[in-house]
Amino acid sequence: MPESGDLLNLIFEAIDDLNGLRGPDEQIDKTAETTLFGDGSRLDSLGLVGLIVSTEQKIDEKFGVAVTLADEKAMSMKNSPFRTVQTLADYAGTLIEDARRG
Amino acid sequence: MAESKVMVITGTRKGIGRYLVDYYLKAGWSVIGCSRGEMDEDIDGYEHFALDVSNESKVREMFSSIRKEHGRLDALINNAGVASMNHILLTPLSSVEKILNTNIVGTFLFCREAAKLMQMTKAGRIVNFATVATPLKLEGEALYASSKAAVVSLTEILARELAEFGITVNAVGPTPVRTDLIRSVPEEKMNRLIDRQAVKRFGEFADITNVIDFFLQPSSDFVTGQTIYLGGV
Repeated sequence: MPESGDLLNLIFEAIDDLNGLRGPDEQIDKTAETTLFGDGSRLDSLGLVGLIVSTEQKIDEKFGVAVTLADEKAMSMKNSPFRTVQTLADYAGTLIEDARRG
Repeated sequence: MAESKVMVITGTRKGIGRYLVDYYLKAGWSVIGCSRGEMDEDIDGYEHFALDVSNESKVREMFSSIRKEHGRLDALINNAGVASMNHILLTPLSSVEKILNTNIVGTFLFCREAAKLMQMTKAGRIVNFATVATPLKLEGEALYASSKAAVVSLTEILARELAEFGITVNAVGPTPVRTDLIRSVPEEKMNRLIDRQAVKRFGEFADITNVIDFFLQPSSDFVTGQTIYLGGV
């Protein structure tokens, strides 16, 4: 599985892209604990969509695998993998590993 | 020199799709296309992918390649489509699956992957293909017309979901054009169909590009979720 730090940095790059399109008062913090979804998130639903798409594209560029982060499994999990940057990184790591195994 | 605008056209090996490749290359676009088979010839400035439009992993690979090569996408023309003229009592399930996969699943997959690229630049034009068979409620075209009705719904809803990303989604609904798609339909049946149009003639490729050009032009950024049927249907 890819290093968690690599995946966190990859998501931070996606946040950089998103922040570039947002005002100074709407910037998303680049920390593992940053809430992405639910109470405490600064992202609206479209902002989260943009972050997920950007993260998928960066995973493709860096790891050479095409993953779908918002898959049926993610949608049906009791604890959403989109809660925080860390949970998203963990879920992405699992998908990359699954894709590599084929 | 800045790269010309990039367009994806599906179903480019023959018929309308093949015409669209030449037409938009001539208009200065970089054109990338796909069909189930390879092209019969090399075309300057055109890049081809041989794939089934309903194969998710192949479609994603195609768009991944476009992102790496061009870094942008400005327009998608979802032309690929299959029809099957048959009474419903004689329609095999395999025909149904083929029609739904190409016309609905394929259109959906290309819209989704194109929109992912277009949202990076907050701009884009998607043009889907409907058909006059839907509003004319043509007997013998139940599945084809139904699949294209779904494309109209998809167009209307994606227009709303993608508006915030600066992407417009519209559809053109051609009348019969003399292509392989209608080759097996008896002439007499075609004439009766054309008789139901306000303007009673076969469509030409240029009738279709006229509507697509309207959707593509920069000043059409306030036009989205619309289906324009040709021939006055």
